[in-house]
Amino acid sequence: MTGFGDAIAYLNDPLNWTRRSGILELLGEHLAISVVAVLAALVLAFPVGVALGSAGRGSGAVVVLSNVSRAVPTLALLTLFAVSPIGFGNRATTIALAVFAIPPILTNTYVGFRGVDADVREAARGMGMTRGQVVTRVELPLALPLVMTGLRTAAVQVVATAGLAALVGGGGLGRIVNLGFGQQDYGQIIAGAILIAVLALLTELALVLLSRVVTPGPGRASLLRLRDRTVAGRPEPTASGVPL
Amino acid sequence: MLSAGAGAVLAVDEAPNPWFDGSYVADNWDTIMGYLGEHVRLTIGAVLIGTAIALPLALLARRSRLLGGAVLGLSTIVYTIPSLAMFALIFPFTGLSATTVLVGLTAYSLVILVRNFLVGLQGVPADVQEAARGMGYGAVRRFWQIELPLALPAFMAGLRIATVSTVALTTVGVLVGHGGLGQLITGGFNANFYRAEIVTGAVGCVLLALVADVLLAGVERLLTPWARAARA
Repeated sequence: MTGFGDAIAYLNDPLNWTRRSGILELLGEHLAISVVAVLAALVLAFPVGVALGSAGRGSGAVVVLSNVSRAVPTLALLTLFAVSPIGFGNRATTIALAVFAIPPILTNTYVGFRGVDADVREAARGMGMTRGQVVTRVELPLALPLVMTGLRTAAVQVVATAGLAALVGGGGLGRIVNLGFGQQDYGQIIAGAILIAVLALLTELALVLLSRVVTPGPGRASLLRLRDRTVAGRPEPTASGVPL
Repeated sequence: MLSAGAGAVLAVDEAPNPWFDGSYVADNWDTIMGYLGEHVRLTIGAVLIGTAIALPLALLARRSRLLGGAVLGLSTIVYTIPSLAMFALIFPFTGLSATTVLVGLTAYSLVILVRNFLVGLQGVPADVQEAARGMGYGAVRRFWQIELPLALPAFMAGLRIATVSTVALTTVGVLVGHGGLGQLITGGFNANFYRAEIVTGAVGCVLLALVADVLLAGVERLLTPWARAARA
């Protein structure tokens, strides 16, 4: 088949992995950009989501933010940051990706904390817990599944979008695809595509496992029964999640 | 301005590069409209084909738990594949054509739609189904007159999400030279970071998505008069 054999050959050549600007170096760059972007978004969005959610205020703004963010093309945001005074490169990419990771984290955190039963909250206060204790010991465990969903959505989005950065002068694994198009090298294009797709799938899988481990309650034990809960036909409990 | 250019070597460093320029839009109106047309055609095509495949698939998936699980599992995987990888993987089959973009976009819209259709159909209460059967409704009539109206809000929600995200995703089609308004975004980037062109493309995409969403919301209102009556 056109190019697929070449792609296997490309991926099988150790030099393609280890040379300068090879797969390993680009993978490291890709992951570094992604991790920094997700952490930055988490630091910014999580406290706001907690504050708004446990106060039960600002639902209109959160809904508007998550809807509008869906309409903004990732490519546009990456390009706009690249031509701003920041200048194109990894810094602009990281900032653009962090902006993109904020809505899913904020929305899910907000929904998670708002969904905590008012009776539970009142009972906790009645037992003499302070405001801070209620948030960390009662609300957080109850909201954690949704918070983790937000984090997972954001992380997968960021890892996927980081590939697009190569179109506007950024780094990461997208460079392999972009270079392949420049050189009319089908094998390289497909190899890059496979690498990015596998990385996104592994990110999803890793975060599903992570959320199973950190979530308290019956979910924790079911690491082996991974598929069980998704089969029920419920939509994913998220307000914002789109492919990139 | 005699001393202009003391620090700058190239004329381009001195040239103004505004974020938006009305004269750019006026001068390139035909080009912009051409890309807009392509963008709209790709979006409508992808959502329509996606719907045509998703509806039978959702009806089929509802029949058995196993099939439903398989459809949802597969859709999660497709959903996770980045668009860049998706287009690059389709490219060897269809080349540098709009078809490559259409196939990729259809895959994503299909995945969003099938989930929402399935959720909508599963949301029809069992009592209602049973009552309809008891009144002698056949499978076809039950679908059109009972299930479809009840599942319509979920269907329309799926259509809106699919449409808006398809509008945004179309821009990635620049990879094969058919990204609709996305062509303006990378075109401006390659034309020495010409901001006016980039912003025109980006704003055009967002406006298109919002217009599409409002239109679909209007259609939903027209199709579900009972929801309005209940709210009033």
